[in-house]
Amino acid sequence: MKIVLKRLLSMIPVLLGVILLTFILLRVVPGNPVSILLGEHYNQETIERLTSYMNLDKSVLEQFLSYAAGILRGDLGVSYVMKKPVTDLIFQAFPYTVKLALLSAAIAWFIGLGAGIVAALKQNKLADHLFMGFSLAGVSVPIFMTALFLQYVFAFRIKVFPLSSDGSLISLVLPAIALGWNSAGSIARMTRSSLVDVMQADYIDTAKAKGVRHSAVIFGHALKNSLLPVITMMAMQLASMMSGAVITESIFSIPGIGRLATQAVQNRDMPLLQGTILFTTIIVIFGNLIADVLYGIIDPRIRRAV
Amino acid sequence: MQQAKAASEALSSGYQEQALAAGIGEANGPKEKIRKLFKQNKLAVVSAIVIVVIILLAILAPVISPYKEAQQDLTARLHGPSLSHLLGTDELGRDVLTRILYGARVSLVIGIIPSVISLLLGILLGLLSGYFGGWVDYLIMRIADVMLSFPSLLLSMAIMYTLGRYVNSIWCIFAALSLIGWAPVARVIRSQTLSFKETEYVEAARSIGVSRSSVMFRHILPNCTPSLIVLFTLNVPSCILSESTLSFLGIGVQPPAASWGLMVNQSKQFLFTSPWLALAPCLAIMLVVLAFNFLGDGLRDVLDPYLQDA
Repeated sequence: MKIVLKRLLSMIPVLLGVILLTFILLRVVPGNPVSILLGEHYNQETIERLTSYMNLDKSVLEQFLSYAAGILRGDLGVSYVMKKPVTDLIFQAFPYTVKLALLSAAIAWFIGLGAGIVAALKQNKLADHLFMGFSLAGVSVPIFMTALFLQYVFAFRIKVFPLSSDGSLISLVLPAIALGWNSAGSIARMTRSSLVDVMQADYIDTAKAKGVRHSAVIFGHALKNSLLPVITMMAMQLASMMSGAVITESIFSIPGIGRLATQAVQNRDMPLLQGTILFTTIIVIFGNLIADVLYGIIDPRIRRAV
Repeated sequence: MQQAKAASEALSSGYQEQALAAGIGEANGPKEKIRKLFKQNKLAVVSAIVIVVIILLAILAPVISPYKEAQQDLTARLHGPSLSHLLGTDELGRDVLTRILYGARVSLVIGIIPSVISLLLGILLGLLSGYFGGWVDYLIMRIADVMLSFPSLLLSMAIMYTLGRYVNSIWCIFAALSLIGWAPVARVIRSQTLSFKETEYVEAARSIGVSRSSVMFRHILPNCTPSLIVLFTLNVPSCILSESTLSFLGIGVQPPAASWGLMVNQSKQFLFTSPWLALAPCLAIMLVVLAFNFLGDGLRDVLDPYLQDA
């Protein structure tokens, strides 16, 4: 409990920094936000009303304080282009991103753990190189390449899956494979090195000497311990997936957080961009916190050390 | 002063040897370790060769290719691969292979320059943070935390968006990628500075009055070289990937400059009719990134096995 509290306190300066940086990004943006908002048809009176409504006539410090106060109330401003509160837009998009993230994480864990375990068991043999090569390739291939390739082959040539997503499970399979393969490499690498480490421990030798079957040694004794660091990494990856997949969402037109951010940049919609960045950053920060706490729960040695 | 420096250096190297003899470090330096890597790890050798070949191809692009970078041939639009155009032509009849060769220049420069800048920034801030401790350390590390909390793609999108109107898109990418890249470097250098700070040869150097900057840059920094080599080799491909992602979204490199990511972006609309247009630059990105990653992994295994994924 004490660790959680300590970690929560240490998050405060980071959160403040994040809010400050997103605010600075808005301030240095060229062009008057009022004229961007109004477009071509406006009169002087509207400009003045809007300027004071958006607090642009106040000092920078006052603007920052009201911006920060708004964030605490859950108010991220109003989108210039979509004319809706940013908070609403984000909460409309978030379920799509969550669905995609969960499915991709499942695929990443399946490929990553599978490849890592096989590679560790067949260390330095052909299977090791094949499985590790396959999962490491996922990290090196740009995600748009995987996504476009899958779209071309499995949605255009062989029409198994739909070209774009409507939120149904079947339409999320291709994007989830693209995203999951991309994250599988680091899980595979960590699983492999951790399992290779653990397999050299004394208690594994003891188990072997007692005549425990090989597969039982691995799945009953070694795997449990070697997965500790991997689980933390998986939690952190899930958090970063929850923060939206800009490329995957834009290729498969999934209306998630990533798409929202792309639209914000293309439409020069600063409050929306700011809001999505802030939201996703907070998710990452809390995700890492949960990963830390999780590590403490599953590994008593960490708890005692802190 | 000069004498004091020489003396301290002799002293420090003496201590280093003692430390090495005591088994604290291994008896061979980074150079021998890299030589060993190339003897054992064939994948790393192949990767290094691939990287050198690609750099040469990029430099020699005008000599190799019979076409000019922007040479259009509207009678030969969207042709598939053939003998006269090995990788086909694009929607304006430009030779795809030629564009790939010239694109290599942009992509490599964008991979290397931000990596150099983030390395320099990370070294400076990491050394300051680790050496001085206290509020300097707290401030720098919290800023690093903030930078690391941002989803990097979104942050670079925001930087491209805000700076994009003021400066050339390539300078913008340099700024965005270096701003993101320094934080992991600073963390590694900080933790190493913390441990080297306590060694006897640093104590010795300080006790004979070597200046603080000299201790940091001449006594501590050289010991961080192995990690720096690994961090650099692994940072280059991540910069190339980030650039190609930004360009793919249309907010990275702007035409007429051609990077591989931009080529994929431009060929997106022809994906279902001329898939080779998108495939060629994608494969180029994949090849370079794989080569750097394999080389970096190999280097990490021999130089610094405990360095975490950065």
